[in-house]
Amino acid sequence: MVKAKTSNQALLSGNEALSYGAYEAGLSVACAYPGTPSTEILETLAQFPDVDAQWSVNEKVAFEVALGAAIAGARSLFACKHVGLNVAMDPLMTASYTGILAGFVVVVADDPGMHSSQNEQDTRWVALYSKLPMLEPASPAEAREYVQEAFKISEKYDTPVLLRMTTRVAHTKENVVLGERRVPPRPEFERNIPKYVMVPGNAYQRHILVEKRLGQLQALSERTRLNRVEKGDGRLGFVTSSVAYQYLKENYPDASYLKLGMTYPFCDEKIRAFAKTVKKLVVVEELDPFLEEHIKALGVKVHAKDPSFRIGELTPELIGPLVAGEVKQEVRTPKRKPRLCPECPHWATFAALKKLDLYVAGDIGCYTLACLPPLSALHSCLCMGAGVTFNEGWHKGAPGKKIVGVLGDSTFVHSGITGLINAAYNKAKGVILVLDNSTTAMTGGQQHPATGLTIRNEPTKKLILEDICRACGVDHVDVVDPKNLEEFRTLLEKRVNEDALSVIISRHPCKLLRR
Amino acid sequence: MKDKVYSVTFGGIGGQGVLKASELCSWAALYAGYHVKKSEVHGMSQRGGSVESHVRFGRRVYSPLVPAGGADVLLCFHQEEHPRLLAFLKKEGLDLTGYVDKAAALVANPRGLNTCLVGVLSARLPIREECWMQAIETVFKGKGVDENKKVFLDGRRLGQS
Ligand SMILES: Cc1ncc(C[n+]2csc(CCOP(=O)(O)OP(=O)(O)O)c2C)c(N)n1
Ligand code: SF4
Repeated sequence: MVKAKTSNQALLSGNEALSYGAYEAGLSVACAYPGTPSTEILETLAQFPDVDAQWSVNEKVAFEVALGAAIAGARSLFACKHVGLNVAMDPLMTASYTGILAGFVVVVADDPGMHSSQNEQDTRWVALYSKLPMLEPASPAEAREYVQEAFKISEKYDTPVLLRMTTRVAHTKENVVLGERRVPPRPEFERNIPKYVMVPGNAYQRHILVEKRLGQLQALSERTRLNRVEKGDGRLGFVTSSVAYQYLKENYPDASYLKLGMTYPFCDEKIRAFAKTVKKLVVVEELDPFLEEHIKALGVKVHAKDPSFRIGELTPELIGPLVAGEVKQEVRTPKRKPRLCPECPHWATFAALKKLDLYVAGDIGCYTLACLPPLSALHSCLCMGAGVTFNEGWHKGAPGKKIVGVLGDSTFVHSGITGLINAAYNKAKGVILVLDNSTTAMTGGQQHPATGLTIRNEPTKKLILEDICRACGVDHVDVVDPKNLEEFRTLLEKRVNEDALSVIISRHPCKLLRR
Repeated sequence: MKDKVYSVTFGGIGGQGVLKASELCSWAALYAGYHVKKSEVHGMSQRGGSVESHVRFGRRVYSPLVPAGGADVLLCFHQEEHPRLLAFLKKEGLDLTGYVDKAAALVANPRGLNTCLVGVLSARLPIREECWMQAIETVFKGKGVDENKKVFLDGRRLGQS
């Protein structure tokens, strides 16, 4: 990390500041699977030798390892992008019941505007659904401060704490003042069957505690300085959070603000009291009407955005029309689309697929760009792992079509293996292409089990893709270099025309991103 | 004008060093004692997509993004991006894009073009030269420091002329 030469400041992104804050709070275990816009959190934490940092195989695994460490007494953190939290929802929902021993922070980064994502879900609803507190920093400096607050709340209320970032907060840089690391004493890990064994009888008792905790957290939300009032001239008042606050402050410096840093549980009394101090109350939030619906349910008269503003990122020039209750008009002109690098091995792979006129069940990675012209050779992209399972589903739904499933090496390890076992077990046919470029390229080139290197580039046990494919029970496993065009195409054609389940590992490194 | 917030929009495509340029500018503003916010979008930029970065500095900065028509200065590295980015520039704002070709003629190594343009930019911002030097020492390593100081100063002279 680069610090200023003349002071204790650094220019940090929201993700870096958050990592620094967690480090200062005595974080000792951190787990994640990469995903824009959250990737830099683990990359930053891995630079601290006294943090046990890892790239996990996927988000569910990462969540469980980090939670386990917290239950055993170490302050821990899990980080993911919004869709990554979907993968970790199973442990998350019950972690709300077990609680923790040492602090546990769940960082989730939403991507309004989908700079690099397949959907635009608003993760604030997860707080409501899981009955967990949620903090939302509006800037990098706040990210550093809030993560420290999150560890305190986690331990005081025996709860995982959700820390929601958005792309704009995660990737903005700001001057951040750094502090010293202080590691709190580790609590002793002891057997506690009623707390940590979630069988129905125990879970029932824990659910009672969850509801009680929610009440206590609501009281906290009423008094915490994270939910602060800034008094203006009383004509106009905003209830707002995250980066929307910043845009508003610039446009309406004289207005009153209820700036929410703890967006769940809601601070009903504070909202009611604030509403009484202003002539016109407007709620301004990015994406879904999360605050809006609750404030309306309180019976407080509030103005809110037109539903057209639920789509896309909020930008400074949208603030005026939004506050005025207008319908959203797109102002920014479209940008240049990214495309595959000229030397990319994926070109060769997809050129062959296109030539054979196959139906291609795609997945997520750099290779998703093969859906664009001139290739237009990828026909679906839903979520990680679906390249394998769609191959099976399409064969069932459209018998007789020539179908292949395609996914990258990192994606295959993340969630392709289970689908492959399913295909073999259920006697599915077809060809799965694993595009092994020996990195997680899409998110900037991270290591994963099949590269044989850890997050700190240390050698470790290497997952051999062809071995695991064989172990899954597929009929044929081949390894070829797609840049040997003829060999690759001949093999592909042969496999596609067999009545078998095969995997072709298309192996050629991504030279561009391998660090 | 004590509370003025200065806004600079940087743009280009992946691989042109746009983010490095905005990073230098942000550090220089930090060393000059300003509150700085820099926004950028990571993700798929390695593959030739648009790259856009906004730097704003002043006594207190709220928005990390420059609103349409809000930039004091525009520095665009790629012609194709220029029309789109022009929308950020204030009516009376300064468009430094015309310096890209002049700067390119000045640098021996094309990789120094971004630093050279930051030099041009530096001539137009209320940040002392010493802060720019500290920024270069912070952002670059080893012999990159001296190389970049040199092209920066070439650019700065170009901007001042
Ligand atoms: C559940 C989930 N986690 C993370 C991501 C972000 N993400 C998308 S694709 C991808 C991995 C891409 O790596 P790989 O499959 O090896 O393909 P490559 O980009 O290297 O071609 C990641 C991390 C996501 N979209 N969904
Ligand atoms: S980064 Fe690597 S995998 Fe991605 S498009 Fe470029 S060469 Fe291909």
